[in-house]
Amino acid sequence: MTTLRLVWTFFRIGVMGEAQYRVNFAIQVFQSLLGLVTALAGLAVVFSYTDSLGGWGPNEVAALVGVYILVGGIIGVVIQPSMEEFIESVREGTLDFTLTKPEEAQLLVSIQDVDIWEGLNILLGLGVLGVALERLGENVGWAQAVAFGVMLLAGAAIVYAFWLILATLSFWFLRIENILVIFQSVYEAGRWPVTIYPGWLRFGLTLIVPVAFAVTVPAEALTGRLDWPTALAAIGLAALLLVVPRVVWRVGLRRYSGASA
Amino acid sequence: MALAQLYQAQFRTSLATMIQYRASLVIWLLGQVLEPLIYLIVWSNVSVAAGGSVGGYTTGDFAAYFIVLMVVNHLTYTWIMWEYEYRVREGTLSAALLRPVHPIHADVADNLSSKVVSTPGILLTALVLSLIFQPTLHLVPWTAVVFIPAVALAFVLRFLVEWSLAQAAFWTTRVTSLNQLFFVAMLFLSGQMAPLTLFPPAIQTVAALLPFRWMISFPVELLLGNLTPQQTITGFAAQAVWIVLSLVLLRIVWRAGVRVYSAVSG
Repeated sequence: MTTLRLVWTFFRIGVMGEAQYRVNFAIQVFQSLLGLVTALAGLAVVFSYTDSLGGWGPNEVAALVGVYILVGGIIGVVIQPSMEEFIESVREGTLDFTLTKPEEAQLLVSIQDVDIWEGLNILLGLGVLGVALERLGENVGWAQAVAFGVMLLAGAAIVYAFWLILATLSFWFLRIENILVIFQSVYEAGRWPVTIYPGWLRFGLTLIVPVAFAVTVPAEALTGRLDWPTALAAIGLAALLLVVPRVVWRVGLRRYSGASA
Repeated sequence: MALAQLYQAQFRTSLATMIQYRASLVIWLLGQVLEPLIYLIVWSNVSVAAGGSVGGYTTGDFAAYFIVLMVVNHLTYTWIMWEYEYRVREGTLSAALLRPVHPIHADVADNLSSKVVSTPGILLTALVLSLIFQPTLHLVPWTAVVFIPAVALAFVLRFLVEWSLAQAAFWTTRVTSLNQLFFVAMLFLSGQMAPLTLFPPAIQTVAALLPFRWMISFPVELLLGNLTPQQTITGFAAQAVWIVLSLVLLRIVWRAGVRVYSAVSG
């Protein structure tokens, strides 16, 4: 309950903060649409020469792009801004203020910054997904919709845990923000089904940087390709990864010496 | 002569900095490797699905194209558009303005010295990728020779254009949209996403008229032996024209920008 109340409070602060900068909304609209056009134009070029990529048809890859934009939106709304803020606060020593608050600090740093305009990507992703599914003529039954929801949640949890682990490393390495640049470039790979990549790269995109679980697996659930082992692996990994950051956090916090040091 | 001394000093300091921040350099390299790698794999898949060849490119040709593109992209790359916004916002530009030389020289030296450190890395990556993806590269002596000036001019052109665009930071602190627009144009029109001959004719014409193609895909296609001597001469001419135009642009934007900047800080 407290968690939900805190999330809601930070969301409200985010809305109020951003409402002062309405130009940012126009900029976000521009950037999101540009991103969408880029992704779809890229697909158009590739699919003008083939009708199947790694076993996926054009509309199926378009659905995947929808999930890609959607998950990118989830990352952009809260995960990325909060983690960047967190890394900054470790370096500047302002984490002190968070640590003295009477709430779970790990939760606080995870939701401390909300970029609501990024939420546009969530809507845009859903839109692309809807149009693609419509054109596929795919009947999304209850089972598939539920599978998609669960896989999306698992994917989001995996990505969140991944970012949190990386960000927590800033207790040891102060210049960690470059690592986040890596995530952004690797996330680009998720725009295409991971099945097109050679084995070693697919391995990396599944287990080292979990792009496969964040994008491809939910898209598989919608296009009816999801098998039980993959689904269970996603849920298992999500559960496991949500535990790891707690441990890293506890150990890391001991190294944190604060602003006064 | 003073300029030569300046460059020498700047090289020394920025080389030291680059070596200090080699971890950051590795991370930047990774980003530069991943994008061409993704498109290499996408187009390899397309080519295999189409029976081994697409639009005149075999699977091996695609591998060669994107591996050479990765190297050319690295050699011509700048990060000035990200850096400048920070400089204007934080006011660190003021110190650079006090120096008796144009600040672009320090940026050129910085850029070149970072490449001295990182180019062996990218060449090694190119070698590893070549072993994995088996590119077909038939080097022709004359194209291999003119490739060098083509890359050098591509670097000059890209540097001038991106440096001029970076000046937008003088007028607005929200340069990200402009940068994004530029990168999308680069992606499609410079050949980063696919060899330009795979695009519809209308887009190819647009690409030939704009500067992007001459910053990346021209040297790449030249080395791969895809260009006739006639096309090569046209390419060098296009590079020259765009370099002159961007020099003019740079002068205008820089002068106007500095005036706005002093107004803000004064």
